[in-house]
Amino acid sequence: MSDTKRFLYVNRKAPHGTIYALESLEVVLIGAAFEQDVSLAFLDDGVFQLIKKQATTGIGVKNFAPVYRALGDYDVKKIFVERESLEERGLSEDDLMEIVHEDDEEEEHNSIEIVDRARMAEIMAAQDVILSF
Amino acid sequence: MKIGVVVNEGPYTHQASDTAYQFTKAALEKGHEIFRVFFYHDGVNNATRMTVPPQDERNVQKNWSELSAKYNLDLVVCIAAAQRRGILDESEAKRHGKGEGSANLAPGFRISGLGQLIESGIQADRLVVFGD
Repeated sequence: MSDTKRFLYVNRKAPHGTIYALESLEVVLIGAAFEQDVSLAFLDDGVFQLIKKQATTGIGVKNFAPVYRALGDYDVKKIFVERESLEERGLSEDDLMEIVHEDDEEEEHNSIEIVDRARMAEIMAAQDVILSF
Repeated sequence: MKIGVVVNEGPYTHQASDTAYQFTKAALEKGHEIFRVFFYHDGVNNATRMTVPPQDERNVQKNWSELSAKYNLDLVVCIAAAQRRGILDESEAKRHGKGEGSANLAPGFRISGLGQLIESGIQADRLVVFGD
């Protein structure tokens, strides 16, 4: 289909403190209806969005972190997390929540791929549309 | 070239809306097509008719409205982001019981869904995002 483009949503901000992470997620969920080739990138403070065991009752804000785990249901299967951004913040892959998607045989696959900065640049260069939040 | 524009920041605090306006104006003057300007996050605040900046300052909202009138430019405000921040057109103000005359959407803007942003990305040759 000629109308299919490669969309990359770049998430650069912490989940709370500003609304960018939540409103980015809202675009991703709505965008799923358009059946484009979607990828998500998490870098800079954006890697905090995927930290497991988030709890927000103390700040009186809705916890939307569980929605990331449902992204597979929205056909979002490619989630790239920048290795350097994790390391610069003392984090590793073990600190991230598990996000999986099912293939056509209903077999589960890990959606998250840790990539280095150079690879992230290549991923960005390969896109048609980049929305940065 | 067919260009989609996205404005992610409100007026005055950030330069994003000014730069997007200058870019859009220049592109139109050069003969390019602007498919749509989409306002998201605090960018929806560019669409309130209630701003009253000092007279010796630029009027960010009015700049957009005038550009829209001149070029029949499609200025779309995200409905979810707008409702969070109190930007309402007549029908939304009525629907939420905000009372007569409380609609504050400026001329030239319309309120619609996030699908309009995705469509802009699909239809335009380039999607240019102005933000923080």
